[in-house]
Amino acid sequence: MFAHFKKKITAAAAVTAAAALALTGCASSSGENDTLRIGIKYDQPGLGYQDGPDYTGFDTDVARYVAKELGYSEDQIEWVESPSANRENMLSNGQVDMIFATYSISDTRLKTVDFAGPYFIAGQDLLVQKDNNDIHGPDDLNGKDLCSVTGSTSAKKIQDQFASNVQLVQQNSYSDCVVALNAGMVDAVTTDDIILAGLGATKANEGQLKVVGNTFTEENYGVGLPKGTDKCKAINEAINKMVETGEWEKAIEKNVGNSGFEYNRELNPPHLGDSCAQPSEE
Amino acid sequence: MSFGEQLSTLFSTYNVFEAFWANVQLTFWAAIGSFVIGAILALMRISPVPSLQFIGAAYVNLIRNTPLTILMTMAILGVWTQFQLQLVSDFEANFFIYAAIVLSIYHASFVCEAIRSGVNTVPVGQAEAARAIGLGFFPAARHIIFPQALRGSITPLGNTLIALAKNTTVATVASVAEASGMMKSMIEFNSDLIFLIFAVFAMGFVIIVVPIGILTTWASRKLAVKR
Amino acid sequence: MSSSVLFDTPGPRGRKITTIFNIAAIVVLLAVLAYVAVVMNRQGQLEAEKWTALFSGYAWAYYFLPGILSTLKAAIIAVITSVIFGMIFGYMRLSTNAVVRGIATVVVEFFRAVPVLIMMIFFWLFLGQFSVFSPSQLPFIAVVIGLTLYNGSVIAELLRSGVKQLPRGQGEAGLAIGLTPSKVLRSILMPQAMMTMLPSLVSQFVVILKDTALGYIISYPELLASARRFGSGEGNVLQTLLLAAVLFIIINFALTSLATWLSTFLHSRSSSGVKKADGIPGEVDNANPATIAMFKIPKA
Repeated sequence: MFAHFKKKITAAAAVTAAAALALTGCASSSGENDTLRIGIKYDQPGLGYQDGPDYTGFDTDVARYVAKELGYSEDQIEWVESPSANRENMLSNGQVDMIFATYSISDTRLKTVDFAGPYFIAGQDLLVQKDNNDIHGPDDLNGKDLCSVTGSTSAKKIQDQFASNVQLVQQNSYSDCVVALNAGMVDAVTTDDIILAGLGATKANEGQLKVVGNTFTEENYGVGLPKGTDKCKAINEAINKMVETGEWEKAIEKNVGNSGFEYNRELNPPHLGDSCAQPSEE
Repeated sequence: MSFGEQLSTLFSTYNVFEAFWANVQLTFWAAIGSFVIGAILALMRISPVPSLQFIGAAYVNLIRNTPLTILMTMAILGVWTQFQLQLVSDFEANFFIYAAIVLSIYHASFVCEAIRSGVNTVPVGQAEAARAIGLGFFPAARHIIFPQALRGSITPLGNTLIALAKNTTVATVASVAEASGMMKSMIEFNSDLIFLIFAVFAMGFVIIVVPIGILTTWASRKLAVKR
Repeated sequence: MSSSVLFDTPGPRGRKITTIFNIAAIVVLLAVLAYVAVVMNRQGQLEAEKWTALFSGYAWAYYFLPGILSTLKAAIIAVITSVIFGMIFGYMRLSTNAVVRGIATVVVEFFRAVPVLIMMIFFWLFLGQFSVFSPSQLPFIAVVIGLTLYNGSVIAELLRSGVKQLPRGQGEAGLAIGLTPSKVLRSILMPQAMMTMLPSLVSQFVVILKDTALGYIISYPELLASARRFGSGEGNVLQTLLLAAVLFIIINFALTSLATWLSTFLHSRSSSGVKKADGIPGEVDNANPATIAMFKIPKA
């Protein structure tokens, strides 16, 4: 009964929000077209990936769904590459309207940007070769070789907290790490589980790699928005709807399912309230 | 947090000196490596044997026209992963050696040309005189031509050394923890101090590069063959 | 000095030794190539599919051609801006005003000492703090600025050394007919110096083109980046990197040939002899006489 009531409200709110957005869209369209600029990764297979002329991945699918719920057709979406280093700046400078780019909600970031969501709760994990049976978690990495990207803190975390005897190699991108993993030059690659699953699901790697499935951090992937936004509610409702209709599950299956990856069902799928993400209490 | 505190945390989190030390060490080893390879190449290119000349010229032409970044990427993604060529079991040392080898291979072509341009400064009469007193190719090259040529090539060799010192930053592609990579992460996590961080790294290179320039200018004047 | 004076025209014995050397060198070369082939075969790198994928329409339409275009776009724009930067600062370096000269010297020396990569990273992250440029353009702009500051400084030096190498009489004659020093510089010295430095300038363009590959590190989708992206998707990284290297070599070789041609063309045109610019401190890649001559494989 209550759920039913809530659903109605949701729908009504979504319509209002869409109308409001459409209005603001028109208002701001004095110089530009009526488009929604969405920041995504271009180089993260399974999440945000520029595949020839197309943009694929879980992030882009969630973004498409949310955009549709906000009243934008697929043609009105303008995809913009947002590398990790530029995400806050791009939002505060108004270069993008929202970001779906494996963007973890954190207290530091909440000082400069707002987040809707999270639409997925990831965790740091390990990617290993399919037939590897001695690595079950970060503690097993002593004396092993681990690959991560230059400047990333995730490998450092393993070295500091779990396995001080791990050897690190830093590459320019995770796909370079996977090349080394496939060749047997490193034993594991580390970053968020869903990113690893996306790497394992690509055509070249399908059936050769597996995500260990023992996450040891919690990363809340949020929708990055400019500070002071009023869109959190509408976006959260769109995400809730995506989960309820089963589209969310389908998007996961379609984009990273090939890797045999099982997302953390205790934390996922998220159920969202109306407000933007809040800083954690001290 | 005051500016001073911010600075001290910044420079205690990141060991800038250690990063630069990696660049200096790479410069040192690659300078030796590229000089040895480059000298052999120069010898091949001025030798009487056509096949050696061809190999020397082909090496120089191919390597000089290839971006260092591609060579470095190829060494790691191509050679290390695909040929599974682990030079030493320690990762840090392995990638350092890889980077030093790639820098040596790349700059050897410039060393070769620097030496050849030095050979060009030796007057024909010197070689003719050497031959007139009965010296063959190797004795003439060793006793007459090379000593003079090396003096004449000090300036271009110095230029190569300077380029090498700066190009060690590309070793970041080969997983070596050096200055450019550290600067990138420092700015990413402390974007408000971007100018200061850039100034520190830029000055670091000025401090490395300018003395090499001054030294080579001085040496080329001092050792110039008076003619 | 031509290298041929180092040795006699070989006699029968010399020719025999040369032949032995030739054969030995070819054998060693073939042995090395064979070893590489064996290792590649063992690692499955010679599988036809890994190579044929390089020549599919898809690879070219979405990876290699856009990559080449991005590389050329950055290189061409950087060439133009570097020449402008170089002219301005070369002119300032030759100024009679000590302050202007001093500023130009500091600027030029600074940008020649700082690695291009350091400058690219700085401008990439620095410009990201403003909303002036669209984020997808940032890497491109950072690449162009980094290349301009460095190569522009080198060109400024080329111009200065070109002017300094002109016969003193040229400037004196200009002053004698009542031109001001700056007018002498602009109408008499600079045009001649530019002719002298033309071959070196073209060689500097090779440096610019090669250094666009540094853009890979700051996520500029140039040839190396797109090749690598394609390679890790298809599982043939080694092959795609080789192709990228070959493409760079072809473009650069064309540029270097142009430099060689220009050098001989200008040489034959001016009776007083266009002096080729010497190598200048801080830079190896500019053309000194030897580097221009190097593309002619010496005849024995």
